[in-house]
Amino acid sequence: MTSKEVVCLEDVSAHYDGVPVLEGINLSIYQDDFLGIIGPNGGGKTTLLKIILGLVKPGRGRVSVFGDTPEKGRKYIGYVSQYSLFDRDFPASVWDVVMMGRLGKTGLFRKYSKQDREATLRALEAMEILDYKGQQIGKLSGGQRQRAFIARALVTDPELLLLDEPTASVDTPMKTDFYELLERLRQRMAIVLVSHDISTISIYVDKIACLNRELYYHSSKELAAEELEAAYRCPVEMIAHGVPHRILKEH
Amino acid sequence: MIEALQYEFMRNALTAGLLAAVACGIIGCYVVVKRMVFISGGVSHASFGGIGLGYFLGISPIVGAFFFTITAALVMGVVTRRAKIPEDTSIGILWAIGMAMGIIFIGLTPGFPPDLMSYLFGNILIVTTADIIMMLILAAIIVFVVVLLYKEFLSLSFDEEFATVVGVPVEWLYFLLLCLIAFTVVVLIRVVGTILVIALLTIPAATARRFTHDLKKMMLLAILFGSLFTSGGLWLSYELDLASGAAIILVSGVTFLASLFVSRLPLMTRVGRG
Ligand SMILES: Nc1ncnc2c1ncn2[C@@H]1O[C@H](COP(=O)(O)OP(=O)(O)OP(=O)(O)O)[C@@H](O)[C@H]1O
Ligand SMILES: [Mg+2]
Repeated sequence: MTSKEVVCLEDVSAHYDGVPVLEGINLSIYQDDFLGIIGPNGGGKTTLLKIILGLVKPGRGRVSVFGDTPEKGRKYIGYVSQYSLFDRDFPASVWDVVMMGRLGKTGLFRKYSKQDREATLRALEAMEILDYKGQQIGKLSGGQRQRAFIARALVTDPELLLLDEPTASVDTPMKTDFYELLERLRQRMAIVLVSHDISTISIYVDKIACLNRELYYHSSKELAAEELEAAYRCPVEMIAHGVPHRILKEH
Repeated sequence: MIEALQYEFMRNALTAGLLAAVACGIIGCYVVVKRMVFISGGVSHASFGGIGLGYFLGISPIVGAFFFTITAALVMGVVTRRAKIPEDTSIGILWAIGMAMGIIFIGLTPGFPPDLMSYLFGNILIVTTADIIMMLILAAIIVFVVVLLYKEFLSLSFDEEFATVVGVPVEWLYFLLLCLIAFTVVVLIRVVGTILVIALLTIPAATARRFTHDLKKMMLLAILFGSLFTSGGLWLSYELDLASGAAIILVSGVTFLASLFVSRLPLMTRVGRG
């Protein structure tokens, strides 16, 4: 049984102002993948997601997203970025912001439709922030805001979900709920999850990659101890307490 | 004031003030929430180059300003987005170049232009019917475009990266917004002059923002405040024989400062969406 390839990177390299950030990345993501990406700070995880989204142009290599260029293929992607820099006083409610996820579906010059409003309602419900829909976005707590941004990504009805540390400021019960939501969503879409929380994601994801300029990935949930040590430049025991044996290759 | 309205110039002035309020109420909100105050200041001051060009070519200075301001806005847009120079640096440079060009053009034109001061500092009392027609057309275009692209402009102002990902033509819309800012500047030149345009682009919107967190309501409130400011300033200038542009700005500034002491209206902060 073959699964459709949704993203394909071939020999991709990227640099900012001449400083290499990614080198020789080869990566295929399939329709039913739930891929976790770990790696040290500055390892290039965010940059990799941005290359898939066409927000950063690779210096070399080929990127295809749903068989097309990133610019054309990204309409099938839901994205939650790591940081959202916006003005706390910005005049928009939670509802307005989540609805923005529907822009691509609605199209220019049109008003939001009934479907758009229903999808927004469902996403707010799923993230349990329906009660805050009228609240100004900047006045939410960090975690509530993060939920709103996740809802905004879900409302696009994506076939691939790119999540850049989505649970960094979400409380533990919500985190558990969120991973359970991902468990359900993965029936319908591919998911790529960037996280530093190795112990938690190794429970949920079924493939794991480690990125530090180079990508260590075997289309499986296992990495060799040497690879982790190379990526993090420290002994495996220090990377996460008691976790690595779940993802480490047996010798 | 009421009896003053029997004069055509007063009726024109009042109409011009209301049209200016519509343009600056709508576009000013984007300028304020998208943090485009500095680039708008650059565009409005650079428009002086167009006024000079108008004198030099012997056409209406406002027509010169129209084309020159749009060009200046687009140049600033391209330079700030493409060149690897800090945005405020490049705006500062283009701002000064625009004004310098105006001074050179005026210097090259024989004789001293009699109504130069009215372009620099505005004189709402000498607005002609032709001016009003032009202002009406520009204000109508602004309203039309913003109604059509309201949700896109909202997403562009809030989060360009996400808007790009969901397929909004962010760059294109940003340049369109700059053109609308240029339109607004041209509308406002007659009312408060190139030097003071930036005040009307920011103060009504900034005042409105204190009372609502819904962009549409903010725009309507800003139009209301703008109307109060222009007509209040006009009245002051008529009664006390003050320069109209400066009077309008002072009324605006004082109202804004006063609004800082008024706590947010409880009614308006909690309006939700259904
Ligand atoms: N816009 C930028 N301009 C210049 N350099 C950048 C830019 N964005 C990232 N970098 C550099 O690229 C490298 C990779 O950054 P990236 O944000 O992809 O890392 P990351 O793996 O997401 O890190 P973190 O775990 O901290 O989120 C870093 O060394 C960073 O300094
Ligand atoms: Mg990152």
